[in-house]
Amino acid sequence: MQIVAKGLTYVYNPKSPFATQALKGVDLTIEEGEFFGIIGHTGSGKSTFVQHLNALVRLTGGQLRVGEYDLSEKKCKLLELRSKVGMVFQYPEYQLFAETVYKDVAFGLKNFRKGISEEEMQAAVREALAVVGLSYDEVAERSPFELSGGQRRRVAIAGVIVTKPEVLILDEPAAGLDPLGKKELMDLLHSIHGQWCKTIVIVSHDMDEIAENCTRAAVFSEGKVALCGTPQEIFAQGERLAAMGLDVPVTAKCAQILQRHGFSVRTDFTCTDFVQKVLALYRGEGGGAEDAQ
Amino acid sequence: MESIRSAPGQTADEAAPAAVRFENVKYSYEEDEGSFAVNGVSLTIGQGEFVAVLGRNGSGKSTLAKLINALLRPTEGRVTVLGQDTADPKLAFEIRKNAGMVFQNPDNQTVASVVEDDVAFGPENIGVPREEIGERITAALQAVGMSDFRFATPSRLSGGQKQRIAIAGVLAIRPRIMILDESTAMLDPKGRREVMDVIQKLNKEQGMTVILITHFMEEALEADRAIVMHRGEVVMDGTPEEIFARAEELETYNLTLPRAAYICKCLQEAGMPVGNAFCAEALAEEICRSLQKG
Repeated sequence: MQIVAKGLTYVYNPKSPFATQALKGVDLTIEEGEFFGIIGHTGSGKSTFVQHLNALVRLTGGQLRVGEYDLSEKKCKLLELRSKVGMVFQYPEYQLFAETVYKDVAFGLKNFRKGISEEEMQAAVREALAVVGLSYDEVAERSPFELSGGQRRRVAIAGVIVTKPEVLILDEPAAGLDPLGKKELMDLLHSIHGQWCKTIVIVSHDMDEIAENCTRAAVFSEGKVALCGTPQEIFAQGERLAAMGLDVPVTAKCAQILQRHGFSVRTDFTCTDFVQKVLALYRGEGGGAEDAQ
Repeated sequence: MESIRSAPGQTADEAAPAAVRFENVKYSYEEDEGSFAVNGVSLTIGQGEFVAVLGRNGSGKSTLAKLINALLRPTEGRVTVLGQDTADPKLAFEIRKNAGMVFQNPDNQTVASVVEDDVAFGPENIGVPREEIGERITAALQAVGMSDFRFATPSRLSGGQKQRIAIAGVLAIRPRIMILDESTAMLDPKGRREVMDVIQKLNKEQGMTVILITHFMEEALEADRAIVMHRGEVVMDGTPEEIFARAEELETYNLTLPRAAYICKCLQEAGMPVGNAFCAEALAEEICRSLQKG
């Protein structure tokens, strides 16, 4: 499903003294199959935007099309849309509620597919748990609250992907995890991507995470999309990002300084590529040093 | 692992008690005491030190923190805070006044609907006279750079601002030790920077002892000393630079290097002569030096 937003606007608490315009005309296209990143500091409108994608926030201004669903149409089938666009909130483990992992994961499915048989449901839950790397036989009958933090987050994600959404949106999926937990979670998202969910959209404050994982990204600032492109295109604009109060990945910071000293490292800003390009320069293969002199 | 040191610039004074001292401390959450969340920790933290505590989830970091301000009492061994034993229930009140704690979630630490009342909550509870509370609020809000928000509503503040209010609430009790248990985990980069700046200022200007539990390796670089916990034990203890120079060992504890240090290590392993670097600036400098020679 392709996502196309045109001139999206949104005002919180309209016609009140607390009215704030969160979106001021967002134009953005996310293609099917992308691993898309959304960047922006707190209050830039990024959360308001992603909540539009499965109509948790109803469209009030502009146009939004998600696959075949036109959100500006009154008759838009919201239940169907929501089963195809899964949303994982920040710290999703805080939203677990059922007494067993099985019941928690099955909850969404039960609501989206009325009249589903017990066997079908069991098979779907088993599959969803396997996708997030948990064993059905080990965890299904346990209370989610007995599990570790990382496992709880996986259960919460299973509860969203159990409906096989085409688009999976995750708000800060790795926040609060320890370094290894972060890496495991990003690996999990890559294994879901393309196979289970065609498109993945992550909201993240971690520029290194965006550089390492995303095909493209959009930078939100003051309710608009200020920049959109590959991580390579975005992080080459360090000064513009700094002006918006945003950081760049370590690799980009390093490349900026090297540039000032006359060494140009043409990298896509992933660690692996950066290391390779620097080594090439060192071995005299890149020619960047001579270029500068 | 035993390590006794004094804070930088502090003269050795036999009479001054350590800020925190653990002597063979064990703690078990279970009745039968089968497994220990903290398992035989001996540790001395001097007054005025800034210590980062690192470790995987479940390595015992938070238990360690709660043992310091007597929220938990050791199953075995002894914990003293400025010389006072946490096992003595009569001292718990005094210990908690000396060792303030800031938690992870900014939304769980607000008790009032106006910032000033929220900061006043602590001093009111320990019976500070009314006139003095006002002064303490002023000083605490100033220390965290939130003076302009005295009459604001906490729920309308950003995460970083809320955490600074939480810190101000602790400061108003005038502690000598501040423990931050992943207090930056839920913040955006700007909020994290704000909180780290406040911590630095408290440590450097007021000599506050700071114990910072964090998953962000970059934050540990700002501390004077870093401690790594693994399965309830202190397995590494040294300056952050010393700790991050031992990459292989860190990996066995499921920790990673700060990203710049990781890149630096990759370059070294590929045979490029670059010195150890832990942040982007230092890394760029090392690469430059190496390229200019080569």
